[in-house]
Amino acid sequence: MNNPHSRTTAASSQSVAARAIPITLAALLGIFVVGGVGFSQIGPMHNATHDVRHAAAFPCH
Amino acid sequence: MSLFRTILFVAALAGIGTGVVVAAIHLFTTVPLIVQAETFEGSAPEEAVSHEHAPGTAAHEHSHDGEEWAPADGIERNGLTVLFTVLTGFGFALLLVAASELTGGLTGWRQGLLWGLAGFAAFTLAPGLGLPPELPAMPAADVAARQMWWIGTAAATAAGLALVVFGRSPLLAVLGIALILAPQLIGAPQPDSYETPIPEALHHSFVVASVTVSLIFWVLLGGLAGWLRPRFAAHGA
Repeated sequence: MNNPHSRTTAASSQSVAARAIPITLAALLGIFVVGGVGFSQIGPMHNATHDVRHAAAFPCH
Repeated sequence: MSLFRTILFVAALAGIGTGVVVAAIHLFTTVPLIVQAETFEGSAPEEAVSHEHAPGTAAHEHSHDGEEWAPADGIERNGLTVLFTVLTGFGFALLLVAASELTGGLTGWRQGLLWGLAGFAAFTLAPGLGLPPELPAMPAADVAARQMWWIGTAAATAAGLALVVFGRSPLLAVLGIALILAPQLIGAPQPDSYETPIPEALHHSFVVASVTVSLIFWVLLGGLAGWLRPRFAAHGA
């Protein structure tokens, strides 16, 4: 309530540069996760994710 | 790092929620068709490993000696499908929420829904034009080449859509449309021969099921992320 920060719904009050770093980090993590599931060519990993890759239309074999 | 935490939490909740629902749908729609297609492979159907290659398709790093670990049919295989569908949801949610933060963050479920539809266009429709959802025992070009085209197409389509929506001039919109068209004009890597033991009707059913479930996935993911984002931001940094 008596917080000095203005708490608007968005954190957009921060500078672009300050926001760019966490946004980039989050996006990289997303690429890493999707890449691991959908694009890994390591045998056992591919076998574990096999049905998801076909169902979600990632190139599989 | 409060913004990072916001993105992480929103993406985790939206991704897990969407993943659980969509995995359940997959188990009753696409997965039975995948299992059915495996019976056409001429190899032991319970082995998800030994995918035969049609003549003319490139070899890749599958060892066909049966020594590679593969999940047992049933609980193990389907459990992994649920787990990795949830992870896929988390990964795509991270990308969606991160991208939306560049424009100031999602303001509600309806806006999230629109972002979800954009995700569907970039990650399902555009790559699916050149590389339709594939079943086991279907011929395909070299997997690395297809992955490259898939990633390039998704990226170009996403960037093109962003230019159309957020670009401030007609020129940028034209550039955006050109970016969306370019991968399709280049064309996806195709197999030498389309010969396959898979019945046409089975493949058609699979394409419809896969694309439909994908739409549900993206709509849920975007809607949930949009609904959650203001609630997290309101809780302060």
